[in-house]
Amino acid sequence: MTTVETPPTAPPRKAATVTRPGDRIFSGLSRGAGILLLVVMAAIAVFLTVRAVSAISKDHGNFLTTFEWTPSLNPPVFGIAVLAYGTVVSSIIAMLIAVPISLGIALFITHYAPRRLGGIIAYVIDLLAAVPSIVYGLWGALFLVPHLKGLNLWLDDYLSWTVIFHKSDPNSAARSLLTVGILLAIMILPIITNVSREVINQVPKMHQEAALALGATRWEVIRLSVLPFARSGVISASMLGLGRALGETMAVATVLSASPVLSAHILDPVGGTFSQNIVAKFGEADEFGRDALIASGLVLFVITLLVNGAARLIIARRKEYSGANA
Amino acid sequence: MSHSISDAKPAAAGAPAATRLASRRLPRWSPLAIAVGAIVVGVAIGAGFGLKSHLQWGLIALILFVGGSYAITAQVEGRRQAKDRVATSLIWASFILAVIPLYSLVQTTISKGVKVLDGTFLTHSMNNVLTIEPGGGVYHAIIGTLEQVAIATVIAAPIGILTAVYLVEYGRGTLAKWVTFFVDVMTGVPSIVAGLFILSLWFVALGKAPASGFAGSLALAILMLPVVVRSTEEMLKLVPNELREASLALGVPKWRTITKVVIPTALGGITTGVMLAIARIAGESAPIALLVFGSNMINTNPFSGPQSSLPYYIYQQYGNGNDPSYARAWGAALVLIAFVMILNLVARGIARWKAPKR
Amino acid sequence: MAKRIDVSGLSAFYGTHRAIDDISMTVEPRSVTAFIGPSGCGKSTFLRTLNRMHEVTPGGRVEGKVMLDDENLYGSSVDPVTVRRTVGMVFQRPNPFPTMSIYDNVAAGLRLNGVRKKGELDSIVEKSLKGANLWNEVKDRLNKPGSGLSGGQQQRLCIARAIAVEPQVLLMDEPCSALDPISTLAIEDLIGELKTRFTIVIVTHNMQQAARVSDRTAFFNLAGVGQPGKLIEIDDTERIFSNPSVQATEDYISGRFG
Repeated sequence: MTTVETPPTAPPRKAATVTRPGDRIFSGLSRGAGILLLVVMAAIAVFLTVRAVSAISKDHGNFLTTFEWTPSLNPPVFGIAVLAYGTVVSSIIAMLIAVPISLGIALFITHYAPRRLGGIIAYVIDLLAAVPSIVYGLWGALFLVPHLKGLNLWLDDYLSWTVIFHKSDPNSAARSLLTVGILLAIMILPIITNVSREVINQVPKMHQEAALALGATRWEVIRLSVLPFARSGVISASMLGLGRALGETMAVATVLSASPVLSAHILDPVGGTFSQNIVAKFGEADEFGRDALIASGLVLFVITLLVNGAARLIIARRKEYSGANA
Repeated sequence: MSHSISDAKPAAAGAPAATRLASRRLPRWSPLAIAVGAIVVGVAIGAGFGLKSHLQWGLIALILFVGGSYAITAQVEGRRQAKDRVATSLIWASFILAVIPLYSLVQTTISKGVKVLDGTFLTHSMNNVLTIEPGGGVYHAIIGTLEQVAIATVIAAPIGILTAVYLVEYGRGTLAKWVTFFVDVMTGVPSIVAGLFILSLWFVALGKAPASGFAGSLALAILMLPVVVRSTEEMLKLVPNELREASLALGVPKWRTITKVVIPTALGGITTGVMLAIARIAGESAPIALLVFGSNMINTNPFSGPQSSLPYYIYQQYGNGNDPSYARAWGAALVLIAFVMILNLVARGIARWKAPKR
Repeated sequence: MAKRIDVSGLSAFYGTHRAIDDISMTVEPRSVTAFIGPSGCGKSTFLRTLNRMHEVTPGGRVEGKVMLDDENLYGSSVDPVTVRRTVGMVFQRPNPFPTMSIYDNVAAGLRLNGVRKKGELDSIVEKSLKGANLWNEVKDRLNKPGSGLSGGQQQRLCIARAIAVEPQVLLMDEPCSALDPISTLAIEDLIGELKTRFTIVIVTHNMQQAARVSDRTAFFNLAGVGQPGKLIEIDDTERIFSNPSVQATEDYISGRFG
């Protein structure tokens, strides 16, 4: 894995007229490492595509619109409709909860909490970002699910008319997309908070003093000089969180009671997500079944690529527009 | 933007000039008083109307608090101050709202984990242990995690550091741009996708499914690589250019400058980055589920046969769906969290210890 | 539109460190008062106590009284936000809001104070930019970002932003130290015009500038590193620069130290 062929050396700069062997080998090695990284990325795309195409070509359902995931049937029928819907809905719920709260905590640490307390909280949240997702999954399944039963019933009692918050069977456990969304929100909270906090900390003091000197209240200082400056950073932090939420496997697999039903009622224990479906179906799958799962993984891969690309575009454009160079 | 004003006649000052500085202000204890009032009224309404859910009581109290403090502040101090106060209470609320679940997570794991955590738990595998009975341990899983993570690190750390060296010290043209872009992209690759990739690699190359710790290590290495590149890059960028120039000016070749001056200067930071990356992949279970399969027995050979790992062990025990297994899952979760936290604390310790010398 | 400032027995602290000690002085309305002194003597800190910006710094604390006509800035029922709206400030480095247009920068303070009508905003923005001698240079690009202007223009934009809310007093903290000589001259001319409407206090490390723009000059000094800064004397600028009553002032002005 570490054997790296030395590519034909092109001296990195013209100034280096004499290239020593040591220089050549070392620059070749480091270049090779960079190229290897590109090769790995390309290989991921190619290998997944090859296996996915062979699976999809034998699919007797419509890969995009079929609800069921039964590649073992003869003929095989499987589709990602339910999985895509569940992944997107649970991630949207997670973002709706996590982004405002994370921004709130970041502002709390930087602008509201007493200095010492803010430092301690920042450190603790930093550590919490490292808690493995399986632990969130375990806690979510054994602690959060029973504790959210009340919230589920309450939402059903009062907001049932919105259709979204309608619970078909009041006795069913809270193993629903809503619970998954809440758990994902709790999971990505630390990471969004951390990155946002770092960005907010970089807002130059002089802009905040400018607002203060105009007679702005604390909130107005934040609105005038902190948020505009930190916006692109907070967006990229959120996208980072979104990427995590979209790809999260174990926390969803432990909590959601999956079934191939696409339902607008987010309190009902039905649905599925890409990665949850992969771990859940993997054990019983034969080679063809695994290829089918790889095909769904490819879709997830493409979605996360798009999200990442979008985040980068937003940041790049924002930089141009604001003319703010830190 | 067009402006119709042509003459410079002094505009009537729009903002009423505040001739007095002193204004009516609420006393410092007022938020507390409003909070207490809101809770009392909220409980009274809840109890009075017989609302069964305490959530409703809390919600009513919260709405009363936010609305009440806005109304009272607007009345006494003005609308701007009222808005400021509402923003303050919302920001405090978001903090408290987030602390509750995160605290509960840590507290639950510790309190349930310590119940099973003892010498036996740490030194025994699940071999010949019925899942419905208490007993057994995580020894095999610890071995698996340590081996898989070690192999992943041996692969990813050198490649990652070299890539970062390339980006900072050599990279100028198109290749560097592509590498930078794809490092970003790689950061977003879900762990299950990394697992699937290795899986398909195995199918294509060997024609069979993998079942070894090594396959898992490869997936973990893919997840670790971008993290190492990013953090190392940051650290190398912090090394002042004067150091490089001073060394080059002495006639030291570039590669010696990098290996003898630049990397040693940044070594503390690089170590911290690698350790944080290790902490991250140690908790990954999805690729292990696909590639290593898990095992109840001790298997010290990562290149052959299924192994277990701590995160996957937790998933398996949870899947067993009975109380003794849940207890073991909590125990393993505590061990895993402790492992990850120690790595984090040590890494941060190194960063702090090395920092002042920069 | 201008008020007298009367400071008595004012000390400022950073945590437990006393940065300035027991300062008393009077600043006359519609005049320019310059603060000079070696670096670290607390002149900027003192300036920031005059609009309660000092307490924004972590650990910042003030003792003593600052009367604006007949009201104490540090009175218990005084909101610092109101103080800063009444006493405007211009900083060492030009700091227009980077994400806002030139127009929005000037209008920022007005919008905070609830001015919403387009016509009213337009006229005040124009008047303030004219007041800051910037109108002719920017009238065709009011909706371009303020960060695209030159340093001197940015600083005048900040002055326009500060005077748009019609403060009683305008504090300037070394407003020219980041600017080239031509921009500096433009700002100095502007200060001469503004003093007909505002009470102006300017901190400067440039003694020629103090001599050129100010009516009165205050000299600050400190006994040594770690010691609090003190007001040595305040007098008519002409007198300070020709015949100061304290030896240290003369030493500083004639370049014997500092």
